[in-house]
Amino acid sequence: MKETRLVMGMPVTVEIVGADTSARDLVFDYFRTIDERFSTYKTTSEVSRINAGTHPHSAYSPEMREVLALAESTKKATSGYFDVYTPGGALDPSGLVKGWAVNNAAKLIRAGGHEHFWVDAGGDVQTGGTNEQGDEWSVGIRNPFNGNEIVKVVYPRGRGVATSGTYIRGQHIWDPHTKKAVSSDMVSLTVIGPDVYEADRFATAAFAMGNSGIQFIESLSGFEGYAIDKNAQATMTGGFPAYTEKSSKENP
Amino acid sequence: MKKFIASITFILLFSAYALYQNGTVSNQLLAASTTTAPVTKKSVATTAAPPPTKTIASAASTGQGTFKDGTYTGVSANAYYGNVQVRATIAGGKITDVTFLNYPQDRGTSRSINSYAMPQLTQEAIQSQTANVSGVSGASDTSAAFRQSLSSALSQAA
Repeated sequence: MKETRLVMGMPVTVEIVGADTSARDLVFDYFRTIDERFSTYKTTSEVSRINAGTHPHSAYSPEMREVLALAESTKKATSGYFDVYTPGGALDPSGLVKGWAVNNAAKLIRAGGHEHFWVDAGGDVQTGGTNEQGDEWSVGIRNPFNGNEIVKVVYPRGRGVATSGTYIRGQHIWDPHTKKAVSSDMVSLTVIGPDVYEADRFATAAFAMGNSGIQFIESLSGFEGYAIDKNAQATMTGGFPAYTEKSSKENP
Repeated sequence: MKKFIASITFILLFSAYALYQNGTVSNQLLAASTTTAPVTKKSVATTAAPPPTKTIASAASTGQGTFKDGTYTGVSANAYYGNVQVRATIAGGKITDVTFLNYPQDRGTSRSINSYAMPQLTQEAIQSQTANVSGVSGASDTSAAFRQSLSSALSQAA
């Protein structure tokens, strides 16, 4: 059964096929602890205390150290287009924490012995195995001009899916080179990556690259992307169409 | 042995040349197929000049039957990339339409299609799908700026 709760200011959906509610509760509990630590809205979070200057580096939690290390390596991998520090110098790791947390939640589910599941937080999706009916999980790409519509269906087959867009809490997307908001025709960029953590961080970085972001995704091996511009025109990478087709059931 | 090495070298060089030629040809073919795109893109760009009208029925769910009929314009809210401003139309006490009067699109004019013209990239106009899906990934128009403008429009209708 599928359950959606509002955590981290966004809908979080968890479905673990064949498991009881306690397995889901564990996952929601995990997301709550992540929110307590990384929320930029809660004044008591570790991120807020770092930004307030009341939390010395020596007191950083292992999770914070891990996220900061991942942020640093992502910054290098994206020529500085990914940065967890805002123009004002404040720490805002939300461009990475969401995908990271969903990926950790998926690991938690697998560690509990469940291989068929769906986890998503605010549109960052990680699936495993198949759904209750034994079918492939499918992810709709939302129409950036009409939230009630989808414009594409992808079958991630265990890979991660994440979307960066103009209307999603846009603050964490900015150009580190010009130190300004990005001048771009792109309104939505969906990335399919090896897992949801990879998909999320590269979607964030590529979106900050503006119109050339989709080329950046094309240049990465193991990643595919679907970009939608302000004229409702989509540009997709070479390997993307393969994910829009259901696998044939030749080997049931 | 010397002859053997020479033959191998020749074969390798020829293979490399053949591969290079193949690559060039297919790239040219692909490049040719993408050059037809600007026409479509341009026509879209001109017809899309006023922001598209979009119906967002679910946004109405919170205030079912509680609004006065009419058309209300929300404040222009900063969405970081530009301003978002919406106009809500109420009929029968419900939101029947939300129109984007302004959304971040004025930065950078319609750029040349050539910026996308990588051999592997393809384009299409987006189309609404009716398929059932397990879930959705996407840029959400229920963002802070959208909600801010919409709620200010609705406060006038309440």
